[in-house]
Amino acid sequence: MSSPERLVVVGNGMAGMRTVEELLARAPERYAITVIGAEPHPNYNRIMLSSVLAGEKTADETVINPTAWYGERGIRLITGSPVTAIDAAAKNVTVAGSGAETIPYDKLLLATGSKPLAPAIPGLGLPGVRAFRDLGDVEMMIAAASTHRRAVVIGGGLLGLEAAWGLKRRGMSVAVVHLMPTLMERQLDTAAGELLRRDLDARGIAFFTNGQTEEILGADKAEGVVLADGREIPADLVVLAIGIRPNIDLARGAKLKINRGILVGDDMRTSDPSIYAVGECIEHNGQVFGLVAPIWEQAKVCGAHLAGDAEAAYVPPPIFTSLKITGIDVFSAGVLAAAEETDDEITLHDAKRGVYKKIVLRDDKVVGSVLYGSVADGPWYVQLMREKVDVSAFRDQLVFGRAFAEQAGAALPPIDIAAMADSEQVCGCNGVSKGTICRAILDKGLETLDAVRAHTKASASCGSCTLTVEAILAHHHGGAVTRRADPAMCKCTDHGHDAVRAAIIEQELTTIAEIRAAFDWKTADGCQKCRPALNYYLLCAWPDSYRDDPQSRFVNERVHANIQKDGTYSVVPRMWGGLTSARELRAIADATEKYAIPTVKITGGQRIDLLGLKKEQLPAIWADLNDAGLVSGHAYAKGLRTVKTCVGSEWCRFGTQDSTGLGVKIEQMCWGSWTPHKVKLAVSGCPRNCAEATIKDIGVVCVEGGYDVVVGGNGGVEVRVTDHLVRLASEAEVLEHVGAFLQLYREEARYLERTAPWVARIGIEYMRRRIVEDNDGRRALHQRFLASQREVQSDPWAARAGGVAAHEYRVLAAVE
Amino acid sequence: MPSDRWTDIGRLDDIPRRGARRVTRPDGLPPIAVFRTADDEIFALVDRCPHLGGPLSEGIVQGRAVACPLHGWVIELDSGRAEAPDEGCTQTIALRLVGNRILLSLPAIEAADGLHWEAA
Ligand code: SRM
Ligand SMILES: Cc1cc2nc3c(=O)[nH]c(=O)nc-3n(C[C@H](O)[C@H](O)[C@H](O)COP(=O)(O)OP(=O)(O)OC[C@H]3O[C@@H](n4cnc5c(N)ncnc54)[C@H](O)[C@@H]3O)c2cc1C
Ligand code: SF4
Ligand code: FES
Repeated sequence: MSSPERLVVVGNGMAGMRTVEELLARAPERYAITVIGAEPHPNYNRIMLSSVLAGEKTADETVINPTAWYGERGIRLITGSPVTAIDAAAKNVTVAGSGAETIPYDKLLLATGSKPLAPAIPGLGLPGVRAFRDLGDVEMMIAAASTHRRAVVIGGGLLGLEAAWGLKRRGMSVAVVHLMPTLMERQLDTAAGELLRRDLDARGIAFFTNGQTEEILGADKAEGVVLADGREIPADLVVLAIGIRPNIDLARGAKLKINRGILVGDDMRTSDPSIYAVGECIEHNGQVFGLVAPIWEQAKVCGAHLAGDAEAAYVPPPIFTSLKITGIDVFSAGVLAAAEETDDEITLHDAKRGVYKKIVLRDDKVVGSVLYGSVADGPWYVQLMREKVDVSAFRDQLVFGRAFAEQAGAALPPIDIAAMADSEQVCGCNGVSKGTICRAILDKGLETLDAVRAHTKASASCGSCTLTVEAILAHHHGGAVTRRADPAMCKCTDHGHDAVRAAIIEQELTTIAEIRAAFDWKTADGCQKCRPALNYYLLCAWPDSYRDDPQSRFVNERVHANIQKDGTYSVVPRMWGGLTSARELRAIADATEKYAIPTVKITGGQRIDLLGLKKEQLPAIWADLNDAGLVSGHAYAKGLRTVKTCVGSEWCRFGTQDSTGLGVKIEQMCWGSWTPHKVKLAVSGCPRNCAEATIKDIGVVCVEGGYDVVVGGNGGVEVRVTDHLVRLASEAEVLEHVGAFLQLYREEARYLERTAPWVARIGIEYMRRRIVEDNDGRRALHQRFLASQREVQSDPWAARAGGVAAHEYRVLAAVE
Repeated sequence: MPSDRWTDIGRLDDIPRRGARRVTRPDGLPPIAVFRTADDEIFALVDRCPHLGGPLSEGIVQGRAVACPLHGWVIELDSGRAEAPDEGCTQTIALRLVGNRILLSLPAIEAADGLHWEAA
């Protein structure tokens, strides 16, 4: 038996390890493999570093192959030690480190990636100056963000902007210095670059374009940067992201042919036939690389050659990029602008909506596209590019996207899921194939895009393959993803909210444990999704007798204050109808000083927020506020939040009714109530609607001689304008209709369903039937609402200031 | 672990069933969360979620796990590990129950995270 050949891989990064995976899939026994990596970590997904910096992923989540993976495959892994030299004649490499070992090879694979470029300026070596390339850089930046305030990012390309956004998310004030007049000029044209700048500007990032950095200031650590035109920007952290250069030092030492990168042929072989190279360190046909999609192709070809397949040849795929900044949609593929005689551009620019699309055509085929604000069709344009489809037949619809073109009757090449091979890569960022997605869908019974993302990571990084992942899901679920009419509450049960609620009344279930028993709950305790829901349903069904379960409440409702990101709490006293007085303001001012409250803010709900209190301080400040007559504003509750009002007929020259007074009356009727989700009301004194009543859960718009009651509005994630419920003549009728609507919502909506989706789901006609047309029914609903209020209209702050639930506000012990 | 010490931090009944209380420590050492399950089992973890440091002592306790109040990761009380698909781990602290008293094994020395500034 001949001993296996020895393969040595230099670089434990994305290209090197993908090549090893491709090789193992074809010829698992062929080589004795040694992998040597300069970084101290196992193989991780570099692309996700931006998400780690932004706090959207943890470092652990980026690991592709943990250390055990190498062991299980008999691979020797050396981490934290760079290779310092290659002896191509003797066929061995030297590894730095304590042992300074020499390792012989039969085949060598170079996958050394690239090095960050640094401008030739003074101050580069100062502490606090860092590149954005590896996990060590990200860890340092996160640490800096927790102790320092100001960051300057040099470079307004993909990497620089993601760094800037991540640092901004971590609370730093961030400035970006960019040499060129527009951002990401290599991926975006001027119009898209401008939109991007505008959006990032609105998110609080400062830009210095046409900015050449001349020096990094500082005596023993970075303190700022100076630009060539004399501008100075202070900084505690300076991040360099001006570009990368192939890391070819080893190859040069080994006398391999190099230019900008290590020169390789279509077979991924260097000028030495025993040495292969892949990834950002190579140059192929005059091209160097900085994105993973082409690198995955190289890995496939190189893995095939190492496995003995001499036919495989590298053809660069079309390359596309998108920015990984949550909420900013940018997509770019191929050429950015018409350049040749036969080129054409189609553009759509809707500056107000922030949408921009450009398609570049050559001989009636798509050769490039730049999308901003609406990127869902990006993968489709790439498909048209890759398949060189003649688009002349649907050219007019092209820029409006696939769905529109289809509607207009264009015969389009389909995304043919059935014809797609299982091995075909769907998600370039995370290297997930169609087969992996299908298996996860079948084995785990996944039904939603989010579930597929959570389990396979497909489309979880840049998101540009979302459309394909959705198509695969739809393919498995027979066309469209169907939704259950009453979806299961959570993983603890197969039963839906509506069924459980009905049973609570019919079978007179009175405790959470009884419900779990009646419905064969799969878990002993329930979870954070079902327990608060059941607690609410019982409270609503049996307002007089059910004893609230604090341990089934989200922390905010349990402790009657809003938890903040740093574990402190905020305190928002009620200001009835937005009214306040000298006495209340004085009490707030005094408390602010007494408790050294760092931030006092007027909320979007017409009252005052005191932020940054320690939990232990809460009962004391509540007692002080109570003394001035202030009570809890329930800013933390799935319950009544605010009733916003305008000044109305008391002061305003257009006011038709006393909107302020009516608002106060409504708030006094409704405060304290628990509801499926939070509830916000408003009363405006005339149709000018200064209190924004038409995007509230319930709004009242006063008119000459009456009141319009409108319901089901929302100003949040998905803005929804209210539906008109009824016009009424008196305040008393308004109060009755508001109470009845709230009770109907309390009794029939699902937990965590705001009125807007509820009204949209059930329909306003049903609400009118129950509340407007059925007089007895309305009165009964209103009475039930008032009855439920008897139990809850006592100030929870006063109770706690008086000693209720004292254990919540005291530490168990303080260890010295 | 000769350098560790057992410290009495209170009674089992001081913690509500399906609840937690906090034990603070001096000088920048993160607090410890002590949990009591429905079956009166007790566990202690460093009071920091492996995600973004949320206070686990404020979470909803369910079986032998707790859901972090900030973004809903579920952390196993016995191992400190996050349940899939999330990944991460919080340090566990050994404890024992003597009668009704809870004793924590506190590591004698524990370094707070420091900031290392390095040249690029
Ligand atoms: C303090 C305040 C912002 C401010 O400084 O002005 C605020 C702060 C929060 N809002 Fe808000 N919202 C505030 C007014 C609003 C408004 C404006 C309004 O009420 O007129 C809206 C849009 C109107 C609406 O809801 O229809 C608003 C839409 C949201 C949403 C999206 C709701 C939706 O259905 O889409 C959330 C998320 C949620 O509830 O799940 C949210 C959630 C939050 C939370 C509770 C997030 C959280 O879970 O920690 C914030 C913490 C509050 C705290 O004190 O710790 N906040 N939030 C405002 C408090 C008003 C008050 O006096 O109580
Ligand atoms: C923050 C960030 C975000 C990104 N986002 C995207 C994105 O959204 N989409 C996209 O397509 N691409 C993105 N990229 C680019 C992508 O990560 C790279 O193209 C890819 O990682 C290149 O793979 P590689 O194996 O060639 O290099 P690397 O992944 O850098 O691997 C090279 C490895 O070799 C090691 N090494 C170098 N010299 C030696 C030596 N002498 N001895 C031992 N080991 C050595 C290095 O330490 C490194 O670990 C991003 C990059 C960064 C930094
Ligand atoms: S809504 Fe009407 S009454 Fe109220 S402030 Fe505006 S104009 Fe005046
Ligand atoms: S901090 Fe715990 S889930 Fe985010």
